[in-house]
Amino acid sequence: MPIGDLLPEIVLLLGAVVIVLFAAFTPQRLQRWSAALALAALALAAWFSVLQWDTPSRLTFSGVWALDGVAIAAKLLILFSGAVVVALSPDWMRSDRRHAEYYALCLFSLLGMIMMASANDAMELVLGVLLSSAASYPLAAYHRGFPPALEAAMKYFLIGALANALLVIGVVILFGLVGDTDYAVAADVFQAGTDPIALSVAVACIVLGLTYKLGAAPAHAWMPDVAQGAPAPIAAFLTVAPKIGAAVALARLVTLLPQDLAWPAIIALISVATMTLGNLAALKQTDLRRLLGWSSVSQSGYMLMAIVVVGSGVAALPALLAFLAAYALANLLAFAVVTHLRGRTDFAHYHGMARRQPLTTAALIIALLSLVGIPPLVGFFGKFLLFEVTIEAGYAWLAAVAAVNTLVSLYYYLRVIALTMFKAPPGEVHVLGGWSRVALLVTLALLIAASLGFQWLIEGLSHISLASY
Amino acid sequence: MLLTLAWGLPLFGALLLALLPRRSESGARILASIFAVLSLALLVWAWLGFDSGGPLFQHVLDLPWVPSIGVGYRVGVDGIALAVATMSALVFLASIAYPVDTKDEPRQYYAWMLFLMATSLAVFLVLDLLLFYVFFDLSLVGMYFLIGRWGHGKPQLSALTFFLFTFAGSLAMLLAIIGLYLSLDSPSFDMRLIIEQQPLAGGGLYAGLVFLGLMLGLAIKTPLVPLHTWLPQAHVDAPGPASAILAGVLLKMGTYGMVRLPLAMLPDTFQRYALVVGIIALVAILYGALVALGQRNLKRRIAYTSINHMGYTVLGIAVAASVSDNLMAKQLALTGATVEMVAHGLITGALFLICGSFWQRTGEYDLDHYGGLAQRAPLLAGLTVLAAFASLGMPGLAGFVAEFQIFAGTFAVYPWLAILAVLGILITAGLFLDLLRRLFFGRLPAHLGQFTELNWVEATVLGALGLGIVIIGVYPRFLLEVIDSASALLIGGR
Repeated sequence: MPIGDLLPEIVLLLGAVVIVLFAAFTPQRLQRWSAALALAALALAAWFSVLQWDTPSRLTFSGVWALDGVAIAAKLLILFSGAVVVALSPDWMRSDRRHAEYYALCLFSLLGMIMMASANDAMELVLGVLLSSAASYPLAAYHRGFPPALEAAMKYFLIGALANALLVIGVVILFGLVGDTDYAVAADVFQAGTDPIALSVAVACIVLGLTYKLGAAPAHAWMPDVAQGAPAPIAAFLTVAPKIGAAVALARLVTLLPQDLAWPAIIALISVATMTLGNLAALKQTDLRRLLGWSSVSQSGYMLMAIVVVGSGVAALPALLAFLAAYALANLLAFAVVTHLRGRTDFAHYHGMARRQPLTTAALIIALLSLVGIPPLVGFFGKFLLFEVTIEAGYAWLAAVAAVNTLVSLYYYLRVIALTMFKAPPGEVHVLGGWSRVALLVTLALLIAASLGFQWLIEGLSHISLASY
Repeated sequence: MLLTLAWGLPLFGALLLALLPRRSESGARILASIFAVLSLALLVWAWLGFDSGGPLFQHVLDLPWVPSIGVGYRVGVDGIALAVATMSALVFLASIAYPVDTKDEPRQYYAWMLFLMATSLAVFLVLDLLLFYVFFDLSLVGMYFLIGRWGHGKPQLSALTFFLFTFAGSLAMLLAIIGLYLSLDSPSFDMRLIIEQQPLAGGGLYAGLVFLGLMLGLAIKTPLVPLHTWLPQAHVDAPGPASAILAGVLLKMGTYGMVRLPLAMLPDTFQRYALVVGIIALVAILYGALVALGQRNLKRRIAYTSINHMGYTVLGIAVAASVSDNLMAKQLALTGATVEMVAHGLITGALFLICGSFWQRTGEYDLDHYGGLAQRAPLLAGLTVLAAFASLGMPGLAGFVAEFQIFAGTFAVYPWLAILAVLGILITAGLFLDLLRRLFFGRLPAHLGQFTELNWVEATVLGALGLGIVIIGVYPRFLLEVIDSASALLIGGR
């Protein structure tokens, strides 16, 4: 077995195990050091992923595990998101008496997301989705005494249980049609022709299952609640990282399908519904974290635009990954600001923040403007590439819908910006601590670097593709 | 390098002001003015080094930025861009130097002003379509904060309307820009390349949609009736100097964009719709003038005359794009449209600064509040009369030079449009004379007993703008020569 191909994942797994053991035998005051262990595991895993970067794309482990540019780029992005979240956590979790296992759960969840991105086999995909879900539920509910967190986690769990069940049903039907769970075999069978109705049902179930992880309609309802109720670093985590894995998994799945299934139209429909719903719902929020939750729903809609055209011979995958990178940076930064400001979330508590915390507010404004896509921030380039590939592939109407949605989104992002800049400032503003400040500044610096050095980002991504069979 | 410094220095100044410790009101203003003067000086230097007989774009600098999608840092100017950019720098300098109530936050106010200056100048100086879009949008951000934070009335609502409206236009423009970009064989955002290759020559639906997207975005910015509704409120609630910039510089981005993008890149498509654009411009001219006549609010009235004047500019551009064979007339109209941009920038800039002075003294824009001020503030009255006469097109002043050329060109191509548009001038004359009468003549109301004359800074700034207006009116050759070099190439290059 080519164990070396799985080094990043093995490192994550071992890191999680070590943290669980560490947590079991360590006094409470030392528990925060598991964050350092988790960061070390993430750094090591990222290092091993970087080493895989230049190898030609291929399938490994009897074809169930894809080792291609898309998977590795997604992996790095997921690991980066995980690192930001872990760095934000020690200060946030300070008051929790037992929080060492928290980091182990983060690593397990990350592992599941990486599996989603790399799975080239339906069973592998199910395993990834279930692992990341199972590890995320307790994370969302980590504040055991905080009713909104419990409610959010319960919602997250119920929708997740339903969506995962659908996913499994879809995979079972797929297995029935193909006789195998391997994507390569499935592609061959689809080429030869298969029962279109059964295939449609199977694909519909799998896509619905994945929309849950994407936070796309119709399984998006958990996103705003989790963004509002879960611990702030976990809100950052769950609004970003699962999407990356699920988007790549979806792209991998739809490229298998025969063209006569009209899947681009269905994905386009989900995309339009998601972005419109997310934006309209965000319009009347008066709670920043909830607003960010809805905004991440709408961002999932934009992201799906790239998947619509993934089979049209345009550079959809680089656009998808570039957009995901831009989104991840901006959303992590926004939640890092919320975390650093001790999770304050009511609009009223952000009045005049620019005068009390200029740098932190500047970071928030930059994050929001990047989410809108105001140039020259990286979010603009991400959106620009999406527009470009959709127009090039003949979906100009989709780009136009997205443009109108962008305009709508500007309204609510500007509302937040106006509050921080124009209102009279409140009294004293307390911030969290050193770790969160460093995580915030690093994310901000990376966002600015990615904006100015977008060339390197897109150049690195321009050659990525899915492993072929 | 010259042009890069011209927009880079204000940006550096903005950062400096934002990061340096708190300084006094006048300290911040002087620092900001120094950066504005430097920037203006660099543009004047570029002007002196501009060869009117040379190639279309000069002072070109081309550095790769994101080569894989064809984006580069490309700057350069033709005569039109140079004239508009230099005028913009002058209006910015005037607005920065003009005293204003910064609500105890001089550092932030002047930092935003310089940021806005940098982004606005860059719009005129870049030769990369994507960078053009970038700076076009960034100027919105700067103006948004200036209106929202230092405005009066309902500033946040006005700022939001302004941002949303113009951002809607920029998104339509973005889609069109992507369409234009994808139509090239090897996609690039290099404006020179697109102008040279004319990828959408021959028209068709695709070219029509691209044209529509571009014009929609630019028409909102200009603004053309019926897309003008954001403008009056934004003007009324903005602080005086910000209004001067909004009218003097930001509106020009719309008309400058029409010359740079549709006229130069999609001439065939523009030709098909030139008459439609001309008629819309006529509507803007008449509607703007009539509505301005009906306003009692000083600032609102001047805001609507902007719609009227920008209508002349668009009319000139539409004539330049028209199907006619009369190249002389078309070139005349395009030159006139550009002179109108410069003249309107200086004149309306001065008028809005004057509005700012009225607001600083009384906090009131209602014309009925005033009267008989000619005795109390003769200097203010004199300078206002100069600006108002220039605005209504008095010969010997800048507005006349522009409007004469536009009308001469239009008359040769669309005579009946020219005849109807002249009515606009008549109404404008009426409304400005009425404005002067109500402000400065008649009986001085008792509550204006304490009204003070312009201080020396205000007088110097307005005097400088007035001098510019007179110079262009009396000796326009230096300006026409530079602009003609560009319009001859643009019109003759068909």
